[in-house]
Amino acid sequence: MTDTAPKTVGTRELNRLVVRFAGDSGDGMQLTGDRFTSASALFGNDLATLPEFPAEIRAPQGTLAGVSAFQVQVSDHEITTPGDAPNVLVAMNPAALRKELAYLEMGGTVIVNQDAFVERNLAKAGYDSDPLDDGSLDNYTLFKVPMTAITKEVCKGLGVKPRDAERSKNFFALGLLTWLYSRPAQPTLDWISAKFKRQQLVADANTAAFKAGMAFGETAEFFDFTYEVRPALLAPGTYTNVNGNTALSWGLVAASQLAKVPLFLGSYPITPASDILHELSQRKNFGVRTFQAEDEIAAVCAALGASFGGHLGVTTTSGPGVALKGETIGLAVSLELPLLVVNIQRGGPSTGLPTKTESADLMQAMYGRHGESPVPIVAAYSPSQCFFAALEAARIALKYRTPVILLSDGYLANGSEPWCLPEVATLPDLTVEFATSPNHTEADGAEVFWPYLRDPETMARPWAVPGTPGLTHRIGGIEKEDGTGNINYEADNHGHMVTLRHDRVAHIAKDIAPTMLEGDIDDAEVLVLGWGSTWGAITSAVVRARAEGRKVAHAHVTHLNPLPEDLGDIVRRYPKVLVPEMNLGQFCRIIRAEFLVDAQSLPKVEGVPFTAAELHRHIIGALDD
Amino acid sequence: MTDVPTTAKADWASDQEVRWCPGCGDYSILTAVQLLMPDLGVRREDTVFISGIGCAARFPYYMNTYGIHGIHGRAPALATGLAMARPDLHVWVVGGDGDMLSIGGNHLLHSLRRNVNLNILLFNNQIYGLTKGQYSPTSEIGKVTKSTPAGSIDEPFNPVSVALGAEASFVARTHDMDRQHMMDMFRRAHDFPGAAFVEVFQNCNVFNDGAFGAITKKDKRASMLIPLEHGKPIRFGDEGEKGVIINPQGSAQVVDVADVGESALLVHDETRQDPSLAFALSRLSAGPFEPTPVGVFRAVERSEYAAEASKQLAMAQEQSGPGDLETLLHSRPTWEVS
Repeated sequence: MTDTAPKTVGTRELNRLVVRFAGDSGDGMQLTGDRFTSASALFGNDLATLPEFPAEIRAPQGTLAGVSAFQVQVSDHEITTPGDAPNVLVAMNPAALRKELAYLEMGGTVIVNQDAFVERNLAKAGYDSDPLDDGSLDNYTLFKVPMTAITKEVCKGLGVKPRDAERSKNFFALGLLTWLYSRPAQPTLDWISAKFKRQQLVADANTAAFKAGMAFGETAEFFDFTYEVRPALLAPGTYTNVNGNTALSWGLVAASQLAKVPLFLGSYPITPASDILHELSQRKNFGVRTFQAEDEIAAVCAALGASFGGHLGVTTTSGPGVALKGETIGLAVSLELPLLVVNIQRGGPSTGLPTKTESADLMQAMYGRHGESPVPIVAAYSPSQCFFAALEAARIALKYRTPVILLSDGYLANGSEPWCLPEVATLPDLTVEFATSPNHTEADGAEVFWPYLRDPETMARPWAVPGTPGLTHRIGGIEKEDGTGNINYEADNHGHMVTLRHDRVAHIAKDIAPTMLEGDIDDAEVLVLGWGSTWGAITSAVVRARAEGRKVAHAHVTHLNPLPEDLGDIVRRYPKVLVPEMNLGQFCRIIRAEFLVDAQSLPKVEGVPFTAAELHRHIIGALDD
Repeated sequence: MTDVPTTAKADWASDQEVRWCPGCGDYSILTAVQLLMPDLGVRREDTVFISGIGCAARFPYYMNTYGIHGIHGRAPALATGLAMARPDLHVWVVGGDGDMLSIGGNHLLHSLRRNVNLNILLFNNQIYGLTKGQYSPTSEIGKVTKSTPAGSIDEPFNPVSVALGAEASFVARTHDMDRQHMMDMFRRAHDFPGAAFVEVFQNCNVFNDGAFGAITKKDKRASMLIPLEHGKPIRFGDEGEKGVIINPQGSAQVVDVADVGESALLVHDETRQDPSLAFALSRLSAGPFEPTPVGVFRAVERSEYAAEASKQLAMAQEQSGPGDLETLLHSRPTWEVS
């Protein structure tokens, strides 16, 4: 190959490119992928990412269990998924190659760190012979690059110890990919010097390795062409690249600012939700109080206590944490105070798959408390949309004085995409009115405060915070009389209160946006009905099917309780309803029960998101059935 | 504290009928609290009582203040959130031995460790009352109850020892038969800037009647209760004939003053940083059948949690100015599409 390569290579244009970086947990693959993504974002591509890493921080080096991968799709047009099969696999060791090769498209490009393919590593990965030489990669375009050796070599004069120098090899890989796919280099160079400004040697080594990677591509006469993915034609505006957890954190800060109510986060570290705690603990100048509690229960209790004090109480967790918080959420239902419970769903049951995605906590959100304890549920559907989902969940909690569950998942939490930043002035006003004076006159003319006397429109009770004179009152989890809030065990009263708590949540349906409906709205033969993070894959699959002339519509639900008022008409309108979801059909069961339609479930519970291709296949299958 | 209206006990009582069993020790504790409140110079609306579940946990309903009757064991956690959000409030936590040492033990430990500005009253009656008489984490070994027909085999907690072991800054003990002593301890708890823990020996006359009778009955107190007074040698008995020393093994020990001389007695220092002497005093009695110390074991001021949290907020605002949403949204690399 090198014999015939021209001295100067040509450039070929690609519409889209899917790269998968894979290596050992300690190889810095998440960082490498993230940097490639950032440079592409600044270049103006549309993109979507899929980080995948093991639950172990440092699994045994060189083993299949320790492989960490990061997939990114960059394109010159709007995209909604991180891509199905990668075009390029960067494998830093034999384990990464063995584990990730199956994802690669047939004929795809494999770039390996040749230096890692030694007997010991091959054995650890379970290879009997070296795949680089035994012909098993004949169906792919293979580039063997001595990344470790070159990185060590260029770091020699810098005063970096050889072992430390080796750790910069991920920047060599990044440099090579940056050159090969015509990514801008400057953002990465800037990032290195900013990130490691207090560790000059590390900054120097990373810079040297990155530049060596670029130089290698240019001079090694390995590559016939470089490739280019031109900027996407996105809507005008200012963009930033954001993942779901960051967008969600910012949404919470925004909700607090727009409501003029301080934000209180009670949280206990749990994957994949902890980054929200990290992000918000840096927002103290917004008056955000973060409290790392002793456990999940204390975290939600502290948030509820803060809500009683007039703050927006929030707790962030994942499914196992929600299981522990159930009793407190029930208390919040009874107290009728604002509370946000954010569930970044992960694979279950039990510890399950902490770092893998799943959306199987819908029934837990609906019914995971004792008694009749309805809670509004909002679900985010894309990384950047987590911002608006948080705003909406907070709006409902504050306006209707109720706990609200906000569902995201590991895929949205860690996946990123370009976000056209909203104008702050266009964000909704969430101003809250606290009770300041008595609201009831007794028979004897005395002015008193009844904590459960409701707003006739919202059915919400007044929010009277401690410190307000004349409004002292006691609330609790025991059944209470409507109006006065006094303890009441009477049969009729309990029936009344149960119905009332149900109605006041059901009633919120009048105050939410209509269902998102796209595609062949008037004459579709199949409706694909989704919720949560399946949005990207469904959108992509539906667009593809329609491009082939097939009649398909896509409805996506962001409010799972109460459901939008128009949803019944929508699901009854189409001959077939397909419900893809990352669980065994929980939403489908709700749809069937609520609307008596023969909706068909499309489950996938494998810890990885749907691909557009598999959904496309199912849609065509349903159409041709 | 300025212009706090003058109030009387009745102003602090809510309009709710008190529903404890007749003769319950909780009544006298409620009276002591309601009598004390007018003297504290605080407003009713700035005062919050938070509880969990159990007989003691009904307490907030009877106070004409703000209040939450929460869920079992979680009162310290609810109160921590409120105290952090609203450092301007006076937050009291009330619960029993099952509530705060069994199901909610974890939250009690951590609120004490963090030193959140809470006044925590633990009504210890050594039994589960509301669930009708099972043994509790403070019941003595061998206790026969509905759930331990052959006698309890659980080693009980000593609440004062637990609190001291959890890094508590303020630890006191009192009992429901001495209103003035309760009021003194509750006042000290209120005045203390941090987590203040008070164990109250409380008689459950239905399921564990007379549990503390051997030490709290009027005619027993002089010989069975050891008053801890800061700066004074620890002595008790009708004539002050008994005293407490630290023996060569490092344990607290009851002695006849005549045998050792007054100068050998331990002089109580509640402000001593090292909690080991306070802990030794907490181990002096193995249960309410032998001389038992009451009073303030420890009162050592240190940084209060909510105040420290507020300080970090103020510092962040000083350093980076008040938060601006527009700036936050643009805080990462951005690019323009036109």
